[in-house]
Formats: sequence, structure tokens, C-alpha cells
Amino acid sequence: MSGAVKQDYVRPIDFRNGRVDMSHGSGGRAMAQLIDELFLAAFDNDWLRPLNDQACFAVPAGRMVLATDSHVVSPLFFPGGDIGCLAVHGTVNDVAMAGARPLYLSATFILEEGFPLADLKRIVESMAAASREARVPIVTGDTKVVEKGKGDGVFITTTGVGVVPEGVEVSGDRARPGDRVLVSGTLGDHGVAIMSFRENLEFETTIRSDTAALHGLVAAMVEAVPEVRCLRDPTRGGLAATLNEFARASGVGFRIREKDLPVKPAVHAACEFLGLDPLNVANEGKLVAICAPEDASRLLVAMREHPLGRDAAIIGEALEDPHRFVQMETALGGARMVDWLSAEQLPRIC
Amino acid sequence: MKYVDEFRDGELARVLAGRLARAVEPGRRYNFMEFCGGHTHAISRYGVTDLLPKSVNMVHGPGCPVCVLPIGRIDNAIALALERGVTLCTYADTMRVPASGRTSLLKAKAAGADVRMVYSAADALRIARENPAQEVVFLAIGFETTTPPTAIVILEAERQGLENFFVFCNHVLTPAAISNILESPQVRDIGTVPLDGFVGPAHVSCVIGSAPYEYFAEEYAKPVVIAGFEPLDVMQAVLMLVRQVNEGRHEVENEFSRAVTRDGNARAKALVAEVFELRRSFEWRGLGEVPYSALRIKSRYGRFDAERRYDIVYRSVADNKACECGAILRGAKTPKDCKLFGTVCTPENPIGSCMVSSEGACAAWYSYGRFRDEEAAA
Ligand code: SF4
Repeated sequence: MSGAVKQDYVRPIDFRNGRVDMSHGSGGRAMAQLIDELFLAAFDNDWLRPLNDQACFAVPAGRMVLATDSHVVSPLFFPGGDIGCLAVHGTVNDVAMAGARPLYLSATFILEEGFPLADLKRIVESMAAASREARVPIVTGDTKVVEKGKGDGVFITTTGVGVVPEGVEVSGDRARPGDRVLVSGTLGDHGVAIMSFRENLEFETTIRSDTAALHGLVAAMVEAVPEVRCLRDPTRGGLAATLNEFARASGVGFRIREKDLPVKPAVHAACEFLGLDPLNVANEGKLVAICAPEDASRLLVAMREHPLGRDAAIIGEALEDPHRFVQMETALGGARMVDWLSAEQLPRIC
Repeated sequence: MKYVDEFRDGELARVLAGRLARAVEPGRRYNFMEFCGGHTHAISRYGVTDLLPKSVNMVHGPGCPVCVLPIGRIDNAIALALERGVTLCTYADTMRVPASGRTSLLKAKAAGADVRMVYSAADALRIARENPAQEVVFLAIGFETTTPPTAIVILEAERQGLENFFVFCNHVLTPAAISNILESPQVRDIGTVPLDGFVGPAHVSCVIGSAPYEYFAEEYAKPVVIAGFEPLDVMQAVLMLVRQVNEGRHEVENEFSRAVTRDGNARAKALVAEVFELRRSFEWRGLGEVPYSALRIKSRYGRFDAERRYDIVYRSVADNKACECGAILRGAKTPKDCKLFGTVCTPENPIGSCMVSSEGACAAWYSYGRFRDEEAAA
């Protein structure tokens, strides 16, 4: 009796031609192998490595933030990104919009039987890259497999925790009449990129999704203006939905100016063609900020100094209005309302 | 982009607004109907009314394809999808139009019907080609602009020998609707709807040309100015109408000469004539039965006609009693005259069709204009 214990040979997963099957969610050896060779290999970090069912970490003092977001975008790969990086950015941004510094993420995958492992690998690696770049590790997770026809490839849910710096108090109900409204960049890029790529819309454009993690920009903004009142990333429903949410929560109205809205010419043209309004189209790497009038120019400078805020602009102000209407001065010189979108115009955009 | 923005320029708009202000005669009121939903939408979305003199009143017309589709036809489409098991393809707005018993195609879809949202007739044809075992019906709606594309898919289906593709044709005609309004007692005799002129359709006129309006201008002594869908087009057309009224003229003028000719698009008209023929009568929501106002598929292409294939029987269904869509589509009322507006009836829960399409008068007022009600009240 001597020597090392002989390890059983395990055939590596075939990431080239293999497909997800029911055993990958069974809790058995196949699942353990998928976790090892795919998720652990990609996300590798000290919290994940012991392969516990949870992650244990130290909590800094102060107020914590918790946010969760599910991703069902179709198609899974689109110009400028994929469901993987989108799932990281989406939750990092949700945490950041409290003015917080995101610390950790969890990720849950719902896989459909038959989904190509090559695609899954590409998605997981994109998530890992996004998480590394954002410096927010994925510290725990879960995988389930559903029968063919019961899902659509892959759905990903991510949850994030973060901590709010001392003295920062950001919330959608804090807008006051006279406050200024700022956006961090061009509107509608993500939605138009997805639309242009959908199979039943053979529409070509050079627009790419703006998907990005905004916590760096938020940190710079909060440092420059700790009193910033509201932050939100205008995803589904676009700027129109976000301003209506702020109006409702804060009990104010808004008036914005169409000529000050940053919109890329190609997005404008595509919206024209598709009968969409850039105000209603989703963004994944932009934010809307509300601050007191005296802080606006300082905030704008801080935003423009950050690469993700280069095209930032002051687009309007909050008004006293018991009806909480969002109005817009049109480029033509008239006025109109900017309402929520009533129907699902772009299903499964994120 | 450049092209689009030139027609929305704020500077130009101010110049035009100045000209309009100088053109209107003091003490005179001008009531113009914009026939098209496209114009209704442009006026609301760009706030054009703010730039018009107070004495100019724009009346919305019936030119919103989704709005004029009667309940009975939607009921027919729902029955096709739910009871006959076809794949029903249609435009997004049509899916939300309220049908009998608070149903809609959207609700039928949720109940398991195979209803697909498409962006064009060609999308529907593609779905049929890709699913040969499934019967696919395209619910075709719209005025003269959308008719040629429907003709093309029928001809294509024949060329490709498709046996599972059908069209449920609901195409309607603009001139018939305009005469119906001008003939209506409110306009003709009682004068409760004072109309001094029409802003004529943009895209429809690209197809049919400006000649068909000459009859109205002459017979009913109403000026018509055909206008593009850009807000500056609308302002320019209003200016031309004001001048005609001042000078006592009633002619057909063409503001949209960059796209519209007197005779229209000969190729498109030939396509339509090849595939479609006039119906003796067709029900419009709001206008009721209008003679010779719609098209059906010729018997030569009868095998693509869903009405024949499924023996569709049409049954007229009355609108919700409180809904004023009918009067609104005739220009006799405005959304504010409806008790349900903004309370029971909203874009999320439309009671009438005018609240569905963004070209509908109620939806346009709800989404873009209703803050003015509060301004007026204050
Ligand atoms: S508000 Fe609704 S119910 Fe009233 S007329 Fe308009 S669509 Fe009909």
C-alpha cells in the first residue's frame, strides 16, 4: 500500500459541441463538474472557491443596499454586449443608483435543456470579465435546468449588495421644485441596438448597446455633490418612465427641453423608422440625476470628466405641479406631455 | 437625420407662426380637419397647436386605421385565432383594440391563441413560408398606403405556391370617408361641425395622387391642402388653408409636392387594381356603413381570402354606450367630451379604439395633451 490516491479520470466537458442536459441541474456529479470547469474557472475568487452554498464576508459599517434583477433578453448576444455582461451591469447599476459602492454579486442561472455549452461558456466568460472590470466579484450562485421548451436558452438573475457612503442620501422621492435634471449621455442606444438585431426586424444600424457599469461614475458624482437627490438608470421605459417615477414619488412635475436631449443621429433615425420615441427606449449604461439648482454645474462637470459621462447634459427642471406631469418643450417650440408607455413596446429588452 | 430635423426646426417654426398670425383675419374662426391620424400624432407630439393662432381650430378626422376598424371585424379575427386555430399575424396596435365582451387579440393570445405581432405584411408571409403545416392569416388593415404591400404578399404567395397563407382584408378608402363626413347632417345642414377646409393625407396621397380630392373641393366648396407628416408641413398647410379661406378659394393645393403628384403612384395603383375590388359597403367604427368605402380580394385570388377560406360571417356590434369614439371620428366631439376619458378609459385599459393607437385622438390627447386640461382649469 503506498503512494497517492489515484484520481478517477473524468472526461472534461465538451464545451465545443456539448449541450446542457437535465443532469447539469441534478445536484449530482455532472452538475459539480459544470460548476468546477465553468463557473468556478471563470468567476474564481476567495469567497466562491470553498464551494459553500453561501458566501461569507465582512460587512463594513454604515447603510447597506440590496438589489436584484432578472435578465431575459432576446437575443442573448447583441451588438455591444450579451446577457452575461448585461446581468452584471444591471445589478451593479441598481446598487449604485442608491449612491452606493457595490461590493458583491450572486448569480442564478436557469438553463434550458439543449442549450449549447459553447454559448453558455461565452456568456459566463463575459460575466466574469464584466465583474472583474467592475471589481465586484460574483461570490455565490445557483444553477437550475428546465426541460426543453420550458425556458428560452438561459435566464440569469443577479443580486448585489453595496454600502452607502456616509452623508449620502439618494432616493427617488427627494426631488423638489426648482431642482435640475441631468442625463449622463445619449438616450436609446440599448433598445435600438436590440431592436435592430431582432430577427423579425431586418433593420441595419451601426448602433451598439451602451451596457456599462455606472458605479464609477456615481462615485465621482457623489464625491463632487454628496447632496445629489435622485439617481436612476433609465432602463425599460426609458427616460420617460424614470421621470414619471420621480414625479410620482416626489410629488413634483418636470419640464424638459427636447433640444437639450442627447440622442445619437443614428438612434434618432432608427426611432423615426420604427415609430419609437427615444424617450421611451431602454438604456443600460446611462443615468438620470436630480440635484439642487446650485449644485447642477458642479455635478455636470464631474459627470463630463468621467468617460461614461462625456455627453452629460442638463435637460430640464422640476416644477411645482400637483398633477405630477412631465412636460417637454419640443424642438419646434411647442409643448407636450411625456407619458409612461402604455403597452409593452419592446418585450424582453433586458 | 439632417433630413428629418430640417422639418422640425424651431427657427423656421417661429417664422411660420409669425406669418400665420399675420394671415388670419381678426374676428374670423378657422376650423380645419386633419384627416389623417399621422397628422393628429404630429400635431400632438410636437406641440404644433402652441404655434397656431388662437382662431385656428384643428379638428381630428377618421384617418386612423386602427380606430375605424369595427368591433365585429376584431371579433372575427379573434374567432379565427381561438376557434379555428390559425396563426394570426397583425400589427401591434391592432392587438389591443377592444372587441366584444372586453376581449382583444392580446387577451386571446394570453388565452393560448397563436397571435403574432408583425411589422409588415412580408413578415406574415415569411411566417407562413417557415411553418408550412400551420395556416397563417394576415389581418390586413389600413388606408391606401398599406394596401399595395398587401397586394404584393398575395401575389408573392401565389408565385411561391403557398397554400397555408391567407389575408383577412380590412383595407379602407380615404375619399369615401371624406365624402361621408361632408355628407353627414352635422356638417351639411345643421352646421354643428363647422369645417372650413381639410389637411389632406400625406402617404395616402403619394399612392392615390391629389386628383381624387378635386371633387370635394369643387362639390362641397372646401379647400384641401395635402401635407407631409412633419410638423412644419402641417403649419405650412394651415397657412395655405387660411389664405384660401380668406380669398374665398376652394382648391386642392399640394404642400407635399416633394412626394405627391396629381396622379399618384401608377405602379402601386395597378397592383391594387390587380388584386382587390370595391366592396359594396363596409362598416366603419364611428361612421357606420359607408358605401364603396373598402376593398376585398378579387375572386381570381380567392384562395388567399380568409373570408372565403373560413366562411367568415360579419356581425355588427355596437360600441360601448358611453364611448364617444364615433362622434370624435366624425369631428363632432373631442376626447374631453367623453366622461370615460382618463378615468375608466386610459391607454392601459382602452374602452374605445381611439384610445389605442398613438394616432387615435383620445390616445394622442391622453399621452401628449392632457396637461392642457389642467392649465385651462387653473
Ligand atoms: S376616452 Fe375612451 S371611451 Fe371615451 S371616446 Fe375616447 S376611446 Fe371612447
